[in-house]
Amino acid sequence: MMRAAMLAALMILFAQASFAQTRPDALVDPRLETRAVELQKELRCLVCQGQSLDESSAPLAADLRHFIRARIAAGQSNDQIKQELVARYGDVILMQPPLDPETYLLWFGPFLVLFLCGSVFAVVVARARKNSRRQD
Amino acid sequence: MTGEIGQLALCLALALALVQAGAGLWGARAATSTSLDLPRQVARMSAFGFFAFIALAFGALTFGFVTSDFSILLVAQNSHTLKPLIYKISGVWGNHEGSMLLWVLVLAIYSAVMALAVRGGARLTSAALGVEGLLAAAFVLFILFTSNPFRRLDPMPFQGEGLNPLLQDPGLAMHPPMLYLGYVGLSATFAYAAAALITQETGSHWARAARPFMLVAWIALTLGITLGSWWAYYVLGWGGFWFWDPVENAALMPWLVATALIHSTLATERTGAFRSWTLLLAIAAFSMSLIGTFLVRSGVLASVHSFANDPQRGEYILVLLGLAIGGALALFAWRAPGIEEGTSFEPASRETLLLLNNVFLTASAATVFLGTLYPLLLDAVTGTRISVGPPYFAITFTPIFIALLLLVPLGPRLAWRKGDLAGALKLLAPGAGLALLAAIVIFAIHAPHMLAAAGAFALAGWLMGASVVDFRERWKARAVGVQSFASVLAHAGLGISLLGIVGTTLWRSEALEVLAPGQSMQVADTQLRFDGVTPRQGPNYFADRATLEVIRNGKQIATITPEKRSYPAEGQAITDTSIRTNGFSDLYVALGDDRGGGRWTVRAYVNPLAPFIWFGGAIMALGGLASLWGRLRPNAVRTAAAE
Repeated sequence: MMRAAMLAALMILFAQASFAQTRPDALVDPRLETRAVELQKELRCLVCQGQSLDESSAPLAADLRHFIRARIAAGQSNDQIKQELVARYGDVILMQPPLDPETYLLWFGPFLVLFLCGSVFAVVVARARKNSRRQD
Repeated sequence: MTGEIGQLALCLALALALVQAGAGLWGARAATSTSLDLPRQVARMSAFGFFAFIALAFGALTFGFVTSDFSILLVAQNSHTLKPLIYKISGVWGNHEGSMLLWVLVLAIYSAVMALAVRGGARLTSAALGVEGLLAAAFVLFILFTSNPFRRLDPMPFQGEGLNPLLQDPGLAMHPPMLYLGYVGLSATFAYAAAALITQETGSHWARAARPFMLVAWIALTLGITLGSWWAYYVLGWGGFWFWDPVENAALMPWLVATALIHSTLATERTGAFRSWTLLLAIAAFSMSLIGTFLVRSGVLASVHSFANDPQRGEYILVLLGLAIGGALALFAWRAPGIEEGTSFEPASRETLLLLNNVFLTASAATVFLGTLYPLLLDAVTGTRISVGPPYFAITFTPIFIALLLLVPLGPRLAWRKGDLAGALKLLAPGAGLALLAAIVIFAIHAPHMLAAAGAFALAGWLMGASVVDFRERWKARAVGVQSFASVLAHAGLGISLLGIVGTTLWRSEALEVLAPGQSMQVADTQLRFDGVTPRQGPNYFADRATLEVIRNGKQIATITPEKRSYPAEGQAITDTSIRTNGFSDLYVALGDDRGGGRWTVRAYVNPLAPFIWFGGAIMALGGLASLWGRLRPNAVRTAAAE
């Protein structure tokens, strides 16, 4: 089964090399278009739940996709465009929340929990080992 | 008339739930005589009665939907005479009130099974039924006061408003019952854990009693999440399968904790290890269910502010949540010091690996919890609005989960108490070999910038190779029975799903074009010739159906017909995608907008390995089923030894 999957994968890859993505409103320069797609995946559609600009079919998302392409064509960097959109709509437009004091708990919480659980784990295993050796 | 029957049945069910709670908790007291037999029997009988009345209420509501009785407000708001019968029935739970009634119906089924089985002794069962009765009463009260499905509408309209067309789908008709079977199944586990704390019988027999329930819940959650993800894939029209949407996370959190629970219970049953931890996990698992229910049912997700405008439902669930979780944790804190922990094992043992599994699963669950609830809390407290999207989970959840997956193959290879690490690693060498091979192949064809891809495939190879080893070892000891293959199936399913996720994320091809009849588009190795759009009429919708010929290597291999449907009763339109799969790769085509002059936007994807995602989910559920199989046979002790 693995080999069949690999083979299928290989075939797809070679086919992919000769083919580029197209969109009706795509930028002519494929590198710029790649940047636009990258950016619209990092931004959230503000009127639908949980979808990015890349996925959404809402009119506002389509407008923002046009906006992004216009700015890229005008020579702005992805960061500049992001900053402008954040200034207009707030952090809520970013799929990845910013790292600031308000989000420290959000960003470090998972690893804090991991650390705490890991510490308890170490203590429990050490104690169990001591019990086990005592029995022997 | 049906509405009144339903209402009355709900009220009687409430009374019985209260009797069940009182009698059950009373019967849980320790006594040497048989004087407590009566309350115990009363609790059991009440559980059966509760089930009967809830089933009657649910039947009455279903009858209202099937016969399109628009004098019931809920039916008028969510049904339509032209809807196909299956969607009239699934419309019962396609709305808030009905889905809460389904929630309680599932609870009633679990209660009745608990009363029927009397697992773990009379005292434990009695206390568990008492706790389950309390939960039942709280939820029936919630329905009666904030979400009554039987409210009347006067004057009665001639026609209903219909059901959201996105919900008129066989996948979504099945999804909520499956998910609730999981959510609510954890209430039984919770009830047994609370009962163990109440009766101070915190040894391993409560875990043995609760094990079938937690397995059923886990299987149902696994299937429910798989179904939901599959539904999102083919309905939303752009081929995504997981969105880290709060509603999905609400189901993922209980799944993660339940997965930790079914693993730690193995140790508790077998060696009596981790007693208090397993109890705590059982409480946590159902707490996650309640939090999930709160998230989905309170309206808090749409906006913190819309929740504040109509706070009744949300506040009720929040209070219920606080009482259930707080009460159980207080009970735990009170009893925990008395729990005997005779834990002794070597660092290289199955116990250690099960603990590590729990460490990583707890941290993963905490991550999903934070990612889901933090934006809501931040907005409520400071008014700052942020979005927590896939990039956040890629940075936090993914590494933690990868660490877990790396360790998965090791667990089944180590013996209880004292295992042989070097021997286990030697046995697993073929798995490591497969991982290395996968990494090299992917690295070679993808060039060095795809290190992550090589790593991901290596991980999938590791999981699947190790499952083959696991299978071989279990086969040698097959006399024990089907249940010894539980870990083989569950862990292999994990590897298969991972392969699907990685494959489709990495190799998806996408094309979006405006086509006139006769024109073609290319996606990956496939050519699609557009033959135009024809109108079509369904039972309760109008559709524009596109016809596209699928051409591969110059040969026409299939015709596909994606549609755009508009539902006049609901005033909504949806896309009906066409998916052609060969089991390894999906061709996925969705019809977009009408651009005039017979020209239409067509979106096409080739999603390599996508079917593996859901196939893997089904295999995982089979693993759960294999474990359950052994529990339900009389020689359960031998079974526990086998896993």
